[in-house]
Amino acid sequence: KGSNEESAPSVSANSIKITDITQDGETLTFAITSQKSSSSAGVCVFRTYEDFDWLQQSLLSQEDVPGLLGVIFPPLPGKPLPSTSFTQAKALKQFGFLALGDEWKIYCKALELYLQQVAAHTTLSKSKALSSFFSSTESPGKHRGKKGIFKRLSHVMEEMRKEGHKDVDKFFQSERDSCTHLSVLFKVSTEKFLDTVLTKQKLAVACGHFSTSLHLVCNHDNPAAVTFSKICLKLSDIIEAVKVNFEKVSDNDVSSMGLALDLESRYQEAKKEMLFRRTCKLVELEAANRNSERAKPNKKAIMEGVQKATQKEFNLISSVAKKEIEQYHRARVSVLRDFLVSWCEKQLSTAQETSALFSQHLEACRGFVV
Amino acid sequence: DILKKRDSSYCSLDVDTLNSQTVEVIAIAKSVKCRGSILVTHLAHISTVELTLTTPNSRGRKEIIGPTGPLSTTMSTQNSLHMHNSLNKPLEELEEEESGDTFELNIAVTNPEKMGDGMNAYMTYKVSTQTTLPAFHIKTFSVRRRFSDFLGLYEKLSVKHHLMGCIIPPPPQKSVVGMTKVKVGKEDPSSAEFVEKRRAALERYLQRVVAHPALLQDSDVQEFLEREELPRAVNTQALSGSGFLKMINKASDAVNKMTIKMNESDNWFESKLQEVENEEQLLRRLHASVDSLVNHRKEMCINTAMFAKSVAMLGSSEENSALSRALSQLAEVEDKLEQLHQEQAFSDFFILTELLADYVRLLGAVRGCFEQRMKAWQRWQEAQATLQKKREAEAKLLWANKPDKLQQAKEDLTEWEAKVGQCERDFERISSTLRKEVHRFEKEKCRDFKHHIVKYLESLLRSQHRVVKCWEAFLPEAKAIV
Repeated sequence: KGSNEESAPSVSANSIKITDITQDGETLTFAITSQKSSSSAGVCVFRTYEDFDWLQQSLLSQEDVPGLLGVIFPPLPGKPLPSTSFTQAKALKQFGFLALGDEWKIYCKALELYLQQVAAHTTLSKSKALSSFFSSTESPGKHRGKKGIFKRLSHVMEEMRKEGHKDVDKFFQSERDSCTHLSVLFKVSTEKFLDTVLTKQKLAVACGHFSTSLHLVCNHDNPAAVTFSKICLKLSDIIEAVKVNFEKVSDNDVSSMGLALDLESRYQEAKKEMLFRRTCKLVELEAANRNSERAKPNKKAIMEGVQKATQKEFNLISSVAKKEIEQYHRARVSVLRDFLVSWCEKQLSTAQETSALFSQHLEACRGFVV
Repeated sequence: DILKKRDSSYCSLDVDTLNSQTVEVIAIAKSVKCRGSILVTHLAHISTVELTLTTPNSRGRKEIIGPTGPLSTTMSTQNSLHMHNSLNKPLEELEEEESGDTFELNIAVTNPEKMGDGMNAYMTYKVSTQTTLPAFHIKTFSVRRRFSDFLGLYEKLSVKHHLMGCIIPPPPQKSVVGMTKVKVGKEDPSSAEFVEKRRAALERYLQRVVAHPALLQDSDVQEFLEREELPRAVNTQALSGSGFLKMINKASDAVNKMTIKMNESDNWFESKLQEVENEEQLLRRLHASVDSLVNHRKEMCINTAMFAKSVAMLGSSEENSALSRALSQLAEVEDKLEQLHQEQAFSDFFILTELLADYVRLLGAVRGCFEQRMKAWQRWQEAQATLQKKREAEAKLLWANKPDKLQQAKEDLTEWEAKVGQCERDFERISSTLRKEVHRFEKEKCRDFKHHIVKYLESLLRSQHRVVKCWEAFLPEAKAIV
């Protein structure tokens, strides 16, 4: 039944790496290496954001996948904006943490994670589009397929009413409630964390200014002046060390905790979207039920048919959704754990390095003869 | 009061001895009993006593007259807004040592207290002295002083010593805004911060005053430290922050217009003044830099606190219990980090910012001294001009043959010759004192800065150690998530 049943050898999720990124004007090209699970031969392809977008749309619009609506789709990061066209402030607003970091490092990591998540998904990994993405020599995004026809969350009033529609299942109702609540909290945390990172960067810049200014104390007219200059230079070195510490600390922040919060936020959105799709189906089902009940005898059979089909779809979606949610909870905790551990280890290592450096400076200063 | 004579016997010092002979005391080798080295040089016709007291003790730290004394070592162990009693440290150290043979003087300014109500309210501060200097009647004593008393002291010292070319440390600046908040009785962190800032500034001011050998001998200084009740100082209006600076700046403008080249030593004065002015500008810039650093740190505190709160909320809403616990722990880590940032901001401020601000003002005082020297030169020149006129008048009278007026003219001439002589001696004296003062100041500045940088590094290191501890404690919590 359709293309998804072809047994194309699947890509090993762990092997997927974005190894390089090149910029040509406004276009970014990513070099992606991967291996098939059946072989150890590596493949490298070059893709642009359009290709990623094409992949996501293809996944969303797969036909003949039962209960596809119940799948939580790994979230694709937004389209990258080369710094020439956007200011730092705008980029931050749009991308949050993904806008920070040198040369798209964090952004690449987020894209890499996306691909790994798709390749690890039981249903999505079987998609032809995915294998084509990793093996096709041509850029798949050039041939635009049909766009996803799913309802996306929007701020239209009608949509919002649907979002609040009471559920028939306790499990799903509580999932929807906690999702809403938690996603707000995560958004706030992400914002606040971003604020701390930006302040650390400001501190680094201020230290840099101070350190540089100290170099201007340069007078060799007499012994006392020479000594004073030396003292100021020592202080300059110390402040420089403080600056480097801030830079490292904020780098650590961005590359682990920042990325984790960003990923968590986007994945919560994806889960929310899936639940919304199911809710919409529920609304549709309840409408079909009503129509079926109220149908005039000549239309009754048709309405009942529609009702039965809708019920079947809804049940399928719900069962897929339930599995997806359980998988989501497991994976999410594991991902957060990894990021928290990695963040902690990085910060600990940086703190120890800085501590040792300060210690050295202190010894040197104490021994400095005035 | 105990000196070692050339024949290695001891004698006690008194004014007559000083006046009648030149007593030169050679520094004694560092022995356990007598750890002080005192250099007394007696000038033939002026009893100026220069005392340089140094006690490099076994700890290698300048005990007596450290310009900062026991500064912020106690700060990090307490809530930064506590009025810490910096008296504790020197007391312990002093008790360890024998009194009498070592000359020590430690000053602390503590215990700010608000007296009175409303707009008439004012703060008093406890000024505590511990000393083994014989000039003081008892070893440990304290008095209460208010801000205007400190300004009054400066005023008295200025009048007496400025003309000698001494660099008098300027007092802390007045602040109408800061004081009004305190008077009105706002119990908020910013007025507490203001009081602490002022207390620390007053302490540093006094410590610098007593670090100056000539000022330590001054009776006004001793009275300030010892006397129970001081007459209320008036006319301290002139010493408000901006007023003080205006006075200095106006003077230096006038000075710049004069260029005197008498002999090669004036090249020294001219280039030194330029150096001082350049350095003052530089330190101003540095001060602004550190100030902005301090502000960013404060911002860091606020942001970290908000993040900590948001994480705490995440922790309490999280369903997975291990993750929830880890998040709550993380909130606590962030709270601790915020505390560290707060303390570091205070260190930045009290150790670096205030040091730089003090030296900007001190350099202003140095410039003032140069101006005083210029004025002395001016007076001498004017006296010489007047003398010349008197000579011409006398000559005229000689020709005109008016014997009665001639007598007057001769008397005038004698008077002015004496005045010229006095002006010349004043000028020479102020020049030589200023030169020595500048050297002393520069040395002191190096010591001061080094001392503060070491303190700063110590605070950074302490902070870093605690950061390491925070993350070490969190790691097992993060790893425990399943």
